[in-house]
Amino acid sequence: MDASIALVAIGPFGAAALAPLVHRIARPFSGWVLALVPTAIFLFLWTLIEPVARAGAVRGVIGWVPSYNLNLSFFVDGLSLTFALTITGIGTLVVLYAGAYLKGHPHLGRFMVFLLAFMGSMLGLVLADNMLALFMFWELTAVTSFLLIGFDHERQAARRGAIQALVVTNIGGMALLVGVILLQQATGLWDLSELQGEAVRGHGLYGVILGCFLIAAFTKSAQFPFHFWLPNAMEAPTPVSAFLHSATMVQAGVYLLARLSPSLGGTEAWTVILVCFGGLTLLWGALGAIRQTDLKQVLAQTTIASLGLLVLLIGLGTPTAIAAMVLYFVAHALYKAALFMAVGAIDHEAGSRDITALSGLADRMPLTFIATAIASAAMIGLPPTLGFFAKEEMYLDLLGSQWSQLVVLVVLVAGNAVLAGVAALVVIKPFLGAPMPTPKTGHEAPIAMLAGPLVLGGVGIVAALLTDWFGHSVLVPAGTAILGNPIESHLTWAINFASPVLWLSAATWALGLVVYRQASAVRTLLRRFEVALGWTADTVFDALMFGLIRFAGVVTRLLHHGRLEMYLVTVFAMLAVAVSVPLFVMGGITPLLPTADLGLWSVKLDWPDLLPYEWGVIVLALVGLGAILTASSRLVAILALGIQGTAVALIFLLFGAPDLAFTQFMVEILSVVILALVMTRLNLDERDRRPFEDLARDGTLALVCGAGVSLLLMVVLSGPFDPRLSEFFTATSVPIAHGANIVNVILVDYRGFDTLGEISVVMAAGIAIMVLLRRRGTASLPPAASQQPKVMP
Amino acid sequence: MNTVIFRTVAPFIVAIMLVFSVYICLRGHNEPGGGFIGGLIAASAIAVLGMSMGAAEARRALRLDPLSFAGLGVLIAALSGLLSIFNGNPFMTSIWLYLNLGETEVPLSTPMIFDIGVYLVVFGTIASVALALEGDDGEAP
Repeated sequence: MDASIALVAIGPFGAAALAPLVHRIARPFSGWVLALVPTAIFLFLWTLIEPVARAGAVRGVIGWVPSYNLNLSFFVDGLSLTFALTITGIGTLVVLYAGAYLKGHPHLGRFMVFLLAFMGSMLGLVLADNMLALFMFWELTAVTSFLLIGFDHERQAARRGAIQALVVTNIGGMALLVGVILLQQATGLWDLSELQGEAVRGHGLYGVILGCFLIAAFTKSAQFPFHFWLPNAMEAPTPVSAFLHSATMVQAGVYLLARLSPSLGGTEAWTVILVCFGGLTLLWGALGAIRQTDLKQVLAQTTIASLGLLVLLIGLGTPTAIAAMVLYFVAHALYKAALFMAVGAIDHEAGSRDITALSGLADRMPLTFIATAIASAAMIGLPPTLGFFAKEEMYLDLLGSQWSQLVVLVVLVAGNAVLAGVAALVVIKPFLGAPMPTPKTGHEAPIAMLAGPLVLGGVGIVAALLTDWFGHSVLVPAGTAILGNPIESHLTWAINFASPVLWLSAATWALGLVVYRQASAVRTLLRRFEVALGWTADTVFDALMFGLIRFAGVVTRLLHHGRLEMYLVTVFAMLAVAVSVPLFVMGGITPLLPTADLGLWSVKLDWPDLLPYEWGVIVLALVGLGAILTASSRLVAILALGIQGTAVALIFLLFGAPDLAFTQFMVEILSVVILALVMTRLNLDERDRRPFEDLARDGTLALVCGAGVSLLLMVVLSGPFDPRLSEFFTATSVPIAHGANIVNVILVDYRGFDTLGEISVVMAAGIAIMVLLRRRGTASLPPAASQQPKVMP
Repeated sequence: MNTVIFRTVAPFIVAIMLVFSVYICLRGHNEPGGGFIGGLIAASAIAVLGMSMGAAEARRALRLDPLSFAGLGVLIAALSGLLSIFNGNPFMTSIWLYLNLGETEVPLSTPMIFDIGVYLVVFGTIASVALALEGDDGEAP
């Protein structure tokens, strides 16, 4: 049991890796073959329903970084099982559907890779117990959805939609990481299943943690004001939309909120924020849905509304509200996937998705029509569908006398009514009425594309009819997991006409009918309002992104101006500041200053007690310096630099650092050789002519840097020497590392890992230099010459 | 610089420098030297060779692209650290092996292999830059 759950979470990635191969072998049937993987996972998860309903949770752990007590742990409780079943169940149908929808597409194999990896990320996300694993899968869903949304990457709109989704959801991803780390710091736990609600809510960091998780959930689940990326994600091929909107990524935020409900929820901040933003999102999305005429866009907007509704219900947090949330989640996943697939079928067979350009398709696509009708019934909340129960349950929760409950109730009824009207639009406009000419002559879609909508619609009804089983196996375990306390199922078909809930439902339907009749008038009004407003969240996002690019441009032009001389000036000016400020401003120089009496100066100024050849070396260095300053040509200056460097090497040699001296010698020789070689391409014979301002600037910098570094070294030497490290190395070099040359022992043994990094940098620098040299070689050619085809002799 | 004397003497200088560089590299663990200095000396040798015979000729003498020496070096250095993992020790724990050849004992160790990697990296990088600056731009002729 242990490892099999982890295997389930990782399984789709394996299938993704094999997808191109499967596609190559089983070309027309690759959808059927690949669908076997999610089917198998679905069936495995199905066997867990009973154990989970009985025992609560099933766990699986793989050691991850054992030395940090970090495990890749997974667990299945009612909540994750509900999500995992929808993901794999709908995933199976989506894979099947995609195989038919993109039949003959040259990149179908690649698409399947993305789709299966997406499924795996989402599955891992809902099964993960470890919060870091959760974060990892969370980010994986962002990356894979980026690939899916931008699948049609030659279209600009698809690229934009993909980038927008990535940017917005990644802001949330970063917030999630911060939240996870803070939560771990606060509780000392990595595992979600072990979090204790009181410990988290009572902690001083609760507000920050809550904020981080809310940002994560709101960006992912497209809550207001982050809702705008979701409609643009419609640029993805339809199978992706069906998956994205029903079971996967956008639900991740809802899942996160539900999962954290027992530990973070229940406070006033939680309730108020979730209910307010959820309600706002519900209304916003519902109105947005009427505004659109593209069927996919209409459905995308209703998803926003539904997500708002789910968040609102989680915010309310009572047992009835949570029951309503679970019911609504399942009902929504089923009908939304079915509707997207049906719309894809319409688009595929009739060639258009515009609600105003379609009519009377029912004759030509009867099965699609039936599927759409069932799904829409669930969306409207008509019996006998799960949608009906979901609506009843949420109204039931809000029957009370408090004014806040009434407000929320009104919001819910209004939102549901608009959604019902939209659902009616989706099923009636394209299918009923007089047939209209369409770009393609519509006929029924292939069975692989019809299976999804029909099965999902059917499941919505069957689940609603099996009230006892559904309540016992899905609703109660999931609700218990969300709430942290056992809840009771009271699903029943015994309809009580005296109940106000039923009358509220009836009112919703009636209002929905009004919305349906007035849809085009409302649409005109909304569009006029939008034009009057002039900007939307979408345009604000664009403005921000372009502002960022412009800002990056300005910064780049400022810092990366391409003048080597100025780079050096910047570097040395910074060095001067870095050395001088601590020395002179922060009192670093005091050890060198005579504090007691001026008499000390004579000691400091005493000629050092040097041997004659030591004086010789110093004179050599000074001669080298003088030669550089007065050199008559560049070649002489380079050679004089070599003299000066050699003198430094001699000093090293005299004072017991032969390794350093050796290296210094070699570096001096090589640098003179290389500099001279570089200069052979330039004019070596003359001296640099530069204006006085440049001389003054460079001279000042050189003096300040030189003086600063010298003083710094003197200060360092005047302090007490801490011999611990050198004593350690001297004492252990031979016994531990078997080497008498301490420098080398440190380099290759004690700090071998550092050296490995350094030589990698050396190699990378070498590659970079070669790239620059080669670029220079091609760039110096006239453009015409480089474009000519090369003729081999 | 391209005199007859230089061209005649250069191969001998280069050969001596290369042998010396290997000697410096290998003795580094106990006496001044090591992979870094050895690599610099070897790179100087190649620079001398390039000056006397032309960069293309020097490149031909190397047989491989100088940068691939650098890549090989990083690989060797990293692999020398990985050896200890099979021993059950953390990455880069040194392993020593004393070969008894009758007269003398030759110590072999992973730090030595690591140092050879350093040697190759320094040699490859500097040599490729020097050769590229001397003549061609590193493109295969």
